Amino acid sequence: MKEIVVLSGKGGTGKTSIAGAFAVLAENKVLVDCDVDAADLHLILKPSVRETHEFWSGQVAIIDQKRCTRCGLCVERCRFEAISDFTIDQVSCEGCGFCARICPENAITMQKTMSGHWHRSDTDYGTLVHAELGVAQENSGKLVALIRKQARQIAETQKADLIISDGPPGIGCPVISSLSGASLALLVTEPTLSGMHDLERVLQLCQHFNVPTAVCINKYDINGENTRQIERYCDDENVKVVARVPFDAAVTEAIAHGVPVVVYSEGTASREIRHLWHNVVMMLDGVQKDE
Amino acid sequence: MIISVASGKGGTGKTLVATSLALSLKESHKVQILDCDVEEPNDHILLRPDLTGCEIVCLPVPRVDEINCNYCGMCADVCAYRAIAVFPKNILVFPQLCHGCGACGYLCPVRAISYEPKEIGMVETGDACDIHFVHGKLSVGEPMPVPIIKRVKKYILSQCVNIIDVSPGTSCPMVASVRNSDFCLLVTEPTPFGLHDLKLAVAVVKELQIPCGVVLNRAGVGDSGVEDYCRKEDIPVMLTIPFDMEIARLYSRGITLAEGMPQWKVQFVHLFDAIQERAREGNRCPKR
Repeated sequence: MKEIVVLSGKGGTGKTSIAGAFAVLAENKVLVDCDVDAADLHLILKPSVRETHEFWSGQVAIIDQKRCTRCGLCVERCRFEAISDFTIDQVSCEGCGFCARICPENAITMQKTMSGHWHRSDTDYGTLVHAELGVAQENSGKLVALIRKQARQIAETQKADLIISDGPPGIGCPVISSLSGASLALLVTEPTLSGMHDLERVLQLCQHFNVPTAVCINKYDINGENTRQIERYCDDENVKVVARVPFDAAVTEAIAHGVPVVVYSEGTASREIRHLWHNVVMMLDGVQKDE
Repeated sequence: MIISVASGKGGTGKTLVATSLALSLKESHKVQILDCDVEEPNDHILLRPDLTGCEIVCLPVPRVDEINCNYCGMCADVCAYRAIAVFPKNILVFPQLCHGCGACGYLCPVRAISYEPKEIGMVETGDACDIHFVHGKLSVGEPMPVPIIKRVKKYILSQCVNIIDVSPGTSCPMVASVRNSDFCLLVTEPTPFGLHDLKLAVAVVKELQIPCGVVLNRAGVGDSGVEDYCRKEDIPVMLTIPFDMEIARLYSRGITLAEGMPQWKVQFVHLFDAIQERAREGNRCPKR
């Protein structure tokens, strides 16, 4: 079984539009939305939710004011500056439990927190595993790891040979969690100075974790000189540019209509995304088979 | 005054708005910009600061002295992040999982654990044409941006207009960046993606009890969902930037709205006036 993850570093370069198009073009696959902070894939795949599960992860400290003698040991030891006036700031608390262990009065307990939900859903294009993190919750990396594991199990049961994963922006914890062990990372960039800067960082991350990569330049015609520079950079880094998708208003129109772009239009962007998918399949065939 | 510029969805124009606001105010105010999108900081690309200061951000991670260690397993037992594994004759530390809480060393019965600083990123400071400039950079491969964001925010100057550029999303890095702001600008685009993620961002900002307003970018594409939602929820749309190929081309070359189309400056000054007004109203409500 293979897994392709769509990443970008910079947000808003078109990850979800491209992953949504892949959902239509690929056969025999399971879909997973690893952007659990701001999941959007469901908005174009229109899933019917079959199962919803609670995601319990992490913990926060609670101080029992009746037992607290205000000795100050917890305040002194908390490295996250999460205790002020002998009350725990639930947003700053990272749930390490240090305070609860050292409180001489046993006045602090750790309470498990429900950090979100994850769903298994049916779409016209196959099973989708997606999630939403609760308001102001942490542990997005763990939730990503959980839904990837679920997607893998479902793919095994369905004898699907591919997982398509829509990744989060950035290079931190949830991105690392989406990336580790994937067969191929498709990096979607745009020819802006910010897009190029962020591409470099996410490419370094993929190299760090030894994940094979390919690059797609989206809206390549916004700046031809920058596009050529990205191509030169990728060439130097030995990374293949597998598609150059032109700016096409149909991409945004498709989002507004809530459908994948290749279903909405047969315009220039859709044609190039079909070509992109063809190249991705060839690359996936080339990467080593996972156990 | 602290204004954070957030969005939920990535690529909606946070950086364009944050930098243009800073450039439009610098003649009338002391302005500082703090780029808290430490995973992918971009403000320096548009403002081209002269960086003069650099502070390395480290986490204290445990180092086990195997001569004194008796493999009792206490450290592994207290670690909430499973960053230490103890075997009968061996002990392993996973620095990437460590949050640096310090529990293992304090609770080790034989005092076999000391801490060594592990670099996870840096904060750089400087000056960009009379704007104080601060940004954080997470080292590639490191998972935890929040300690760097907290360090960036130590540079907030109470006598300045502090503009914080926030990372996309709504989880811990966004919360850490937006917290304690006087006002949060939420930049979005008129699509179902923009609307969906705006709603998530509004929920966080409300939870944190920070007054907020919306900047609608690329107006004219997509649909009217964002405007309908803002009207219904009584969230002010404080600035509308139309979809314009020229703006996109300027941005691709690293040119802000305030520089490339100076006629926009006055709009950003008006935006700031409106923010001040709203922040004052917001502050009259009790904060927790």
